[in-house]
Amino acid sequence: MDFRLSEDQRALRAGMRDLLAARFPREKLRKSAEADPAKRAPLDRALWRELGEIGMFSLRLSEKEGGAGLGLPEAVLVFEEAGRALLPGPLAATHLAAGLVPGAADGATVVTALEGDGVVEQLDAADAVLLLEGPTVRALPVDDGTGALAAARPLRSVDPTTPLHYLPPADEAMQGAERAGQAKGLAVGRLCGEAALLTAAQQLGSAARTLEMAVAYVKVRTQFARPIGAFQAVQHVCARMLARTEIARSSVYAASLTMTLGDTCAAKLLADEAAVRNARDCLQLHGGLGFTWDADVHLHLKRAWVRQAQWQSAAKAEEALAAALLEDPGDCMTETANRANGAV
Amino acid sequence: MTAVDLTRTREEEDFRRRLRDWLHRTLPTLPPKPSPADWPARRAYDCAWQRALYDAGYAGLHWPADAGGQGATPTQHLIFLEETELAGAPYVGANFVGLLHAGPTIAVEGTATQRARWLPPILRGEEVWCQGFSEPEAGSDLASLRTRAVRDGDAYVVTGSKTWTSHAEVADWCELLVRTDLSAPGHRGLSWLAMRMDAPGVTVRPLRTLAGSTEFAEVFLDEVRVPVAQRVGAENDGWRVTMVTLSFERGTAFAGEVVACRRTLALLARAAQENGQWEDAALRRRLGRLNAEFTALWRLAQWNASEAAHALRTGGRGVPGVGASVFKLRYSHARQDLYDAAAEALGPLSLDAGHEWTLERLSSLSYTIAAGTSQIQQNIIAERILGLPRGR
Repeated sequence: MDFRLSEDQRALRAGMRDLLAARFPREKLRKSAEADPAKRAPLDRALWRELGEIGMFSLRLSEKEGGAGLGLPEAVLVFEEAGRALLPGPLAATHLAAGLVPGAADGATVVTALEGDGVVEQLDAADAVLLLEGPTVRALPVDDGTGALAAARPLRSVDPTTPLHYLPPADEAMQGAERAGQAKGLAVGRLCGEAALLTAAQQLGSAARTLEMAVAYVKVRTQFARPIGAFQAVQHVCARMLARTEIARSSVYAASLTMTLGDTCAAKLLADEAAVRNARDCLQLHGGLGFTWDADVHLHLKRAWVRQAQWQSAAKAEEALAAALLEDPGDCMTETANRANGAV
Repeated sequence: MTAVDLTRTREEEDFRRRLRDWLHRTLPTLPPKPSPADWPARRAYDCAWQRALYDAGYAGLHWPADAGGQGATPTQHLIFLEETELAGAPYVGANFVGLLHAGPTIAVEGTATQRARWLPPILRGEEVWCQGFSEPEAGSDLASLRTRAVRDGDAYVVTGSKTWTSHAEVADWCELLVRTDLSAPGHRGLSWLAMRMDAPGVTVRPLRTLAGSTEFAEVFLDEVRVPVAQRVGAENDGWRVTMVTLSFERGTAFAGEVVACRRTLALLARAAQENGQWEDAALRRRLGRLNAEFTALWRLAQWNASEAAHALRTGGRGVPGVGASVFKLRYSHARQDLYDAAAEALGPLSLDAGHEWTLERLSSLSYTIAAGTSQIQQNIIAERILGLPRGR
């Protein structure tokens, strides 16, 4: 058993970090987060295509299908970098759609998803919507003319970099049957588990980044004639941020290998907690500066809130993990994958 | 191409199977567990278990082969902790300090003579060790300790007092940290000695814990003569020698307990189902969250083991780093949360101090204090890992 990253995996991660530094620098992030919604840059389709070209969406497809034949452990590393840079867009949905929806694999198509609670990310920018309810996976073109998605109303998204629509359950003319509670099929359950994990990976990246931002700031911000990082009250906040990040990391990386229900639910819960709590602590440590629009920390917090609600809410993950306690004799956590990630 | 791999090697699986078979055959032959209050019986029980491990080739599993250990990989050690826990095998008990503190220190820092004298009896379960580090005035600030050792011919004359010493009543030896240079400040004038607990001048006074038991003791030292030959490491180099021990203490020592906690959690869920508390969504979610925490802690322990294995392969000593501090900090709080949740699930029965989970709730309170308080752990993380300025 070896938990350490291989050279290839390190190179993959470094490559993604370099690409994002070059193609999605801070100025771009800030352009998509203008205080005035009318001035915000829409989803960058050229960048989306570039992400497709480097294999962000296709990397788990076989080489015959035009992919890289890699697995979830590699996908998780790439998504962690995306989360670190706050790269916007329905990254997990498009990744899942590769091989299912034409154009998703190479980034020509933007695919978003409609989940159980009716919130859809980037609907205006998307070409297709994945429906992940009911027995099978379906994809719906956004401009199919049937008006099925016409009932979706835009929200004034809390996260300026992630436009959101809401499709209230009562207005589901079309996918009502699925949303009325038909059981998810195995393939749907598996995809939802993968989406939860890839979302957790983004949360992990964000948590690691806000920890770095906090540590860098408390080393240079001086009060009472010393860096505030010399005060234990501040140090202990930073230490707990690191603990949250590292326990989330081991959980996310392990889940990418086992994909058991227990590991995946734990990964989403702990990564959500790390992203949200670290952003909150980072904000607090920045003092008044942290409360301003110009600081980046609020963008991490708001994105973390959005990702926290996506794919697997805390309530669902906790209920699933509670139910699992009644099923197994207590040694499930030591077993490697022996069942598909079920619907949760 | 993937180095990240949770599947086990054939070697590891063979190891697991052999261990399982042995546990299956051996555990039914053990005598009944002694009363927690009967220390001599506890010592005898723990030492008999250690002897059984020794005879079967499992003693000092993670110790290097040249110290009499099995030279097992960190992963095999983790499998051992996991399987013994799942099988309900006895805990290390009175042999904790010998096997996990003093022994590894002697293995790394001792002379050939010292290793030959002290290590085999530890592995065979013949000699029990205790730890004399903390003092009434030196807890978190261990380096300020005052117990002094004055050279007199071929012996040190040791005077002072130690506290929180577990198993002191039944120990044969004490790993003792003393001040040998009174003029040197802080950690610079300390030495590490092995002291016989039956030496003249040693007085043990048991301390009662809030759980009602006498798990640890004060040890008073009045001009105790300790031969210079029983010093491990150089004179005044005891701090460094001690740090070797402490880093062992923060390794995967608690990994087996994580498996036990996860099992307790499953039992707790069933108890809540039986008494109707399971209908309470808040309790269910609380238990679900704890399941996530213990699942993640187990994965972190596996990660730490693979980091330690890598360090060993590349010439390091396998001394744990970042992951160990994070593990200690999160685990100690998770254990307390577990037994708080147990109290909620038990309802009024949680007020019965005779209930196993209530006793565990009480003893869990020591976890955020012993082996480095949570506050000290956070200082270590902040200063040594995050590189924040040393401050007060």
